[in-house]
Parts: sequence; structure tokens; C-alpha cells
Amino acid sequence: MQILRELLETQLLGVLGTQHEGEPYTSLVGFVATPDLKQLLFATGRSTRKLANLSADSRASMLVDNRGNRASDFTEASAATAVGVVEEIGVAERAEFEELFLAKHPHLESFVHSPSCVFLRLRVSVYMVVTRFQHVIELHIEP
Amino acid sequence: MKLIVGLDEITDTDGRRVGGKVVALAALHRAGIAVPATRCLTIEAYELFVEQAGLRAVISQELGRKSFADMRWEELWDVALRIRNRFIRAPVPEAIVEDLSATLRGELAQSRLAVRSSAPGEDSEGASFAGLHDSFVGVRGVGRTLDAIRGVWASLWTDRALLYRRELGIDVESSAMAVILQPLVEGSRSGIAFGAHPSDPELVAVEAVYGLNQGLVDGTIQPDRWSLDRRSARVVEHLAPPERLRMVLRGAEPTVEKLPSEQADVPPLDEANLGEVLQAVITAGELFGGPQDMEWTLADGQLVLLQSRPVTTSTSGQGDKRAWYLSLTRSVQNLLDLRDRVEHELLPAMDREATQLGSVDLGSLSSGELAKEIERRSRAHDRWVEVYSQDFIPLAHGIRLFGQFYNNVMEPEDPYEFMELLAATPLLSVHRNRELERLASRVRKDPELRRRLAAGEQGDTDFERAVEDFKQEFGDAAYASQKCFSERVQLNRLLLSMAETTAIALPRSKPDVEERSAAFLAAVEEDRRDLAERLLDLGRASYRLRDDDNIHLARLEALVLDAVSEGHRRLGGTWHEDLQPSDLDRVTQALRHPNLVVEPKQPDVGPAIEQGFQALPRQLVGQPAGPGIGTGTARVIEDVEDLFRFQAGEVLVCDAVDPNMTFVVPMACGVVERRGGMLIHGAIIAREYGLPCVTGVPDATSMVENGDSLTVDGYLGIVTVVRD
Repeated sequence: MQILRELLETQLLGVLGTQHEGEPYTSLVGFVATPDLKQLLFATGRSTRKLANLSADSRASMLVDNRGNRASDFTEASAATAVGVVEEIGVAERAEFEELFLAKHPHLESFVHSPSCVFLRLRVSVYMVVTRFQHVIELHIEP
Repeated sequence: MKLIVGLDEITDTDGRRVGGKVVALAALHRAGIAVPATRCLTIEAYELFVEQAGLRAVISQELGRKSFADMRWEELWDVALRIRNRFIRAPVPEAIVEDLSATLRGELAQSRLAVRSSAPGEDSEGASFAGLHDSFVGVRGVGRTLDAIRGVWASLWTDRALLYRRELGIDVESSAMAVILQPLVEGSRSGIAFGAHPSDPELVAVEAVYGLNQGLVDGTIQPDRWSLDRRSARVVEHLAPPERLRMVLRGAEPTVEKLPSEQADVPPLDEANLGEVLQAVITAGELFGGPQDMEWTLADGQLVLLQSRPVTTSTSGQGDKRAWYLSLTRSVQNLLDLRDRVEHELLPAMDREATQLGSVDLGSLSSGELAKEIERRSRAHDRWVEVYSQDFIPLAHGIRLFGQFYNNVMEPEDPYEFMELLAATPLLSVHRNRELERLASRVRKDPELRRRLAAGEQGDTDFERAVEDFKQEFGDAAYASQKCFSERVQLNRLLLSMAETTAIALPRSKPDVEERSAAFLAAVEEDRRDLAERLLDLGRASYRLRDDDNIHLARLEALVLDAVSEGHRRLGGTWHEDLQPSDLDRVTQALRHPNLVVEPKQPDVGPAIEQGFQALPRQLVGQPAGPGIGTGTARVIEDVEDLFRFQAGEVLVCDAVDPNMTFVVPMACGVVERRGGMLIHGAIIAREYGLPCVTGVPDATSMVENGDSLTVDGYLGIVTVVRD
């Protein structure tokens, strides 16, 4: 749990996995986790492929890891895959979540505020946390 | 890039290129002090080798399986063994082979070599790590020299070095090792000298032996010791060893032998020699600006300095177990002596003591006498546990010595292949399991007997006699401080369960042990075949004793439990139910003071789980300890009862496979164990039955639950968990 929190707090980017009619697709996104770690917030342009994919199928995954492109990563790096459902953040919550997001990514302010930007959240149902290359623990979020 | 350099090409600032030992040798050489004609294979060569063979990722993976704090000594052995095997099997880059061949044709032609380590930081910065890395003497020819070089490189990652990884600054990305290539100076007398005596810095300590000093350095031969006054060279003290021996080269192998009688009574150094050694250590101290710890030899009347490093505080005895751990690494001679002692003195003595303790009729003792008897048995048990750690565990090193030798010769893909040659004689627990299966097969074939046992009745006279014989021979086994076969109802349940299935694993038939042994011996060069045979014999004895000593120890534990159980029985209704059999003190106190009120123990509280999350294991990493893949339902063993609930085809999950619980192993489809290492009992017994086995899984018993579906991957050391 501590490893997961550390990963989600220290890493700026995650790899978002979506699909369209069985065709897999991944994209790098800036994200922030809510304090309870149950949601991962990210933003994307309205015309992107990932948004099109998510509009058709909201199921998605996000990989967050701390590798440094060294041989030792195989054992020293940790990774967490979040699996869940993506939805757009409604007006009521937008201000609060935007503040959280911009505290981590201040340089993305104009991007987030652009009219063509959609602010999304991945509601996580399970995290799969991998350490030491192959040690895998699942953290299921109780409904 | 020049990969091999001579002392003349080295300056004081070359530490990062050639390591501290070589820099020191070059400085001595420049000062006109006699040192061997040393060549150095630089650190660039190591880097070229590991880079080309992709070994950094291998090391990183091996070291990263689990945190060091969680690793037992046996696991460290395994990690080092696997890394070493990868080094041995990796090809040496052509550029290195060419340079080495040229050197062996040139400066070092006709020489038998000493091949040693020289790591940056190894002998400096306030800490000396003498003996952590391997060295080889008597090496000749390109092939053997390359083997020795790979051995020295791999020894950067020995278990001994890994223990001191923080102090040594060992790091996968940046650690490297240079290699010293020297003509072996076969001195008639050799030794070491400390520029500052550990007890009085005004004194200099000198130790000396006849022959090579390797015997002194690895502790096989006891030296003569002198304390000398630094200024006057006066001998303050001289201690002679009980027996003077010497180490010499016989063929390629350093061998310990007795001295001719005219030398045996004469110290290896006279006054003039002592003065010369004293002067050399003082000169070296002045040269390096501090007292030196120096190795030297006297050859053809000339004193030659083999190496010099700063005297530092000992790296052992820091209140941790590292000193004990280092003591596990022993020479062949030392282990042969130890084997003799264990086989012919210690195990028989343990047996005698167990028999003597077992002859006491507990029922006839008064409560006070029984309390005394519990304490007596417990003291005997504790004493033997100590012997176990001091003498029995170190003997396991014999298995490893053989393994290293075998891997050097055969370069096998599976670093544990050598184990196949060790199980030439049956293990006690395999014998017990065979007897158990014999009983079970009678139950399997006889429906009436099955019915009677299920109904809690006795079998026929013949069967009951066989059960009694079994209990007589093995009935005193204990697990988790409870005796295994004392309850007939449990034994019946086990036999019925075994009788229900024919899926009982049999010990693997090994018709090829002798063939394999012969193939191995044939692959050994002739001048080392004698050593190979001795190591194989030692390895086999170590392997067998690793099993037997546990069983003998368990017999003593069972005797303690007998006495405690008798205490419990007598305390009866007045006794607090919460007490465990291991609460010896409380039982003896209560026997002596019947009115004592005992506070119940507080149950252990596990770690809190963060709210809103449920943690489930998916894949747990341990050490591969028995090759194969098996899938089955988990049976987590916490007490004796769990053992008797074991069903054929389940996966045995436990804290540590105790020799006394191995009767369920033949029914298992895999073994998962928290304790790690391939020399531990679980791994040995799983290999014996050809079962997949993963050891050293830190969360095995806490994360896995009964009923989980487990896949045990004994090749990779991974356990995959599926929970519905």
C-alpha cells in the first residue's frame, strides 16, 4: 500500500490503456491520484483517439511505474496497474479536482483550461502492484 | 584500451582502474621492495565482460528477489551460487583472451600463477575486507587462468561480500573488480605481519608457517605467533601451535601435509628472519603513512611481499551474526575434520544422550522431580541446538564446495545439477515415508482394515504390530512443539487419506547417480581427480547429515515435550487452557507451586489493513528450489492437525518444512516455504521426490489461504495465486 501511494504521488505520467473494437491502444497521460487513491484524474484533448475509444468503451487501465531505464529496473522498479472505468468529471466537482491536478502539474494550467480539453477520472476497482520484477499483489477497492 | 598492465605503468591515482591492492603493490615496487612480477587485468576488462554477457541485469535480478534483511544465510549462498554460475558460463570477450594469451606467452610464461582480486575500496577507507573475495593459486594455462579470472570476478558477488555490501559500497551499476596475475612464489616459509598489534600498537605481530601462506590465511594451519617490540625488535612473546603443518602445491592443488620431523619442532622463523619481517612491515607503514597488514613469503632466502593493506578495526564481531556467517566458509581440510567429528563424535553423543534421557520413567517422578527433569531435558536440547549452529550448519558448506567445483568443471545450465550426485545414500525421512507408505498400501488393499480404522478400531494383530514398529522407530517426531504420531487417531487419518489415493510421489529412482558421478570424474583433469573424489565424498556426507542431524535434534525436542506433556497431564483441571507446550517455565513453576495463577497470553494482533482496500496475493516471488511446475489447492500448515488434514494433490504451504512433517510431502504436488535456500530440508526433500518447490516466500503463510489455487513454478521461484 505504501509502495502504491509512493508511486502515485511521485510519478507525473502514466500509460493509459484503452481499446476500440478489440484494437488495443496506449497513451501517456499526466495524472494525479485523489487522496484516498480511488480515482486517477487526467485531462485530454476532445479530438484525441483515447477519448474516442473511451466514449465507446469506458473500461480502461493505467500503468504507473518508476523505472529509470537501467538494468537494475528489473528488480528495483515498481509498477502499479489500475483497472477501472473512465468518466468525465462533472461541473460540481471540476474546480476541486482541477486544483488537485494543477498542484501536481502547474504547467498544464492553460491546457486544462482550454475549451477543447476534457477532464476525466479513472474510477479504480483494482490495483495490481508489481515489485521485484514478479512479486504481484492485488489491491481491490471495496465498493 | 590496454586491458593488462604491469606495475611500472601504475600510479597512486589508478585505484579506480586497478583496485587498491595493485596500487599498493606498485608503490612497494617503486620503493624497491621485492614483490612478485605482477600483471593486472584492469577493471575495464571486468566491465567489458559483464556488459557483453548482460550480467548486470542478472545480478540485479538475483539481488532483487527480496530484501537482504529477509534473506537467510542459505538464501545468500544460493544467490551467490547462481550469480557465480552465470559468470562461469559466460564467454570471455576475445580482446581479453588475446591479451591474456600474450601475457602468458610473455612476462608470465612458465609460471604457475596466483590469481587474486583487487577491488576499488576493498582494502582502504578505514575498513579491510580480507578474505571476502576468492583467489586461486597454482593456476597454469590460458583455459584455467580464464576460469580463475571468472571465479575472481564472480567473487565480487559472493555471499560473504554481499554481507558487507554497504561497507564495500557494492552496487550493481558501478561495482567492478580488477584481477591480479602473479607468478606463484613458492616460499619455504610464509606468513603475515601486523604493523600494529591489536592489543598494543607499540608491538608488531608476526605469524608464520612453513610452505605457502594460504593455509594460514584460510585458517587451515595454525601458525607460530610472535609479538615484537617495534623499536628494539625484542621478542616479547612467542606462541607455538600445538602442531606444525605446511601447505604445499601437489600438482595444481594446495595440499596440507605433515612436516619432516627435523622441521616440526623448529619455529619457521629465526631471529634474523623476524628482524627482516619487522623491518619490512615498518618500511611499508612509513611508505603508506600508517600501520600495514602484510602478507609475505621467504623464497630462496629473499623476503617477498605478497600484499599490503592498512591495519583497520576488525570487520567481524559487530554484534551481528556476520562473524558466525563468515565462519561457515571453510577449507576442505577443515570440513573433512568437521565431518569426522560430526559423524563419529557428535551424532553418536547426541544419540546416547537422547537414549539416556528417554530411559527416565516420567510417571515415577514427584512433581518437583518432574520440573527438574523438564529443565534437564530442555538444557540438553538447548545445548544441542547450539552445537547444531556451531558444527552441523557449517558442515553444509561441504555441499557448496562440491557444487562450486562441479559447476566449474561441468558448467551446467542448472546451477543445482550437482545435487543429483549427492543423494547416493537414502535420507532418514525418505526411509520413514517409505515405511508409512507400506502401512498405507495395506490399508489401501484391505477394505475391512479401512473400515476398522475409520471406525476408530484397531487393525488385525499383524497390522498393529507393524504400526507399533513404525511408532517405535519414528514415533517421537515433533512438529511445532507437538508430537506427530502420538495420537493414534491422527496416524489413522493420515493412513486413510494416503490409502484413498495412488497419487503418492515416490522418491525419484536415480539409476544414473553413479553414471553421472563417473561422467563428472572423467571430465576432471587428472591432476585434480583425487580432489574431485574427496569433494564428492564430502558433499555426500554433508548432504546426508543435513537431513539426519535435524531428525536427531527432533528426537531431543520430543523428549522435552514428553516431559512437558506429563506436567500438563498432572496439572490437569487446575491448569490454564491457554498455555502452550512451549511455555516450559510456566509448567515447571506450576509443578513446583500448584496454587500459581497464570495470566493468559495476549493474542498477536496482525498489521492493520488500510480502510477500503483488500490486499490479495497474485504472484509471490521466492527462490527456485526444486524444478517443475505444479498446480493444486493450498494447504497452509500451522499445527500438527493441519498435517493430518492434508489431501493428496494439495500444495504444502508452510513456514519451514520440518524434517518431522515430511511424511505429507509424497502426497503434495508442490511445496511453498517461507524459509529460503536450496540446502534447507524442504528443498532437499522436494528434490528427492521430484516435486516443484519454491522457498523463501516471505508472505507464504500469511497471504496464502487454505483453498487458494496455487501454481508452484519451481524453475523461476514463483507462486501464482488464484482465489475465487
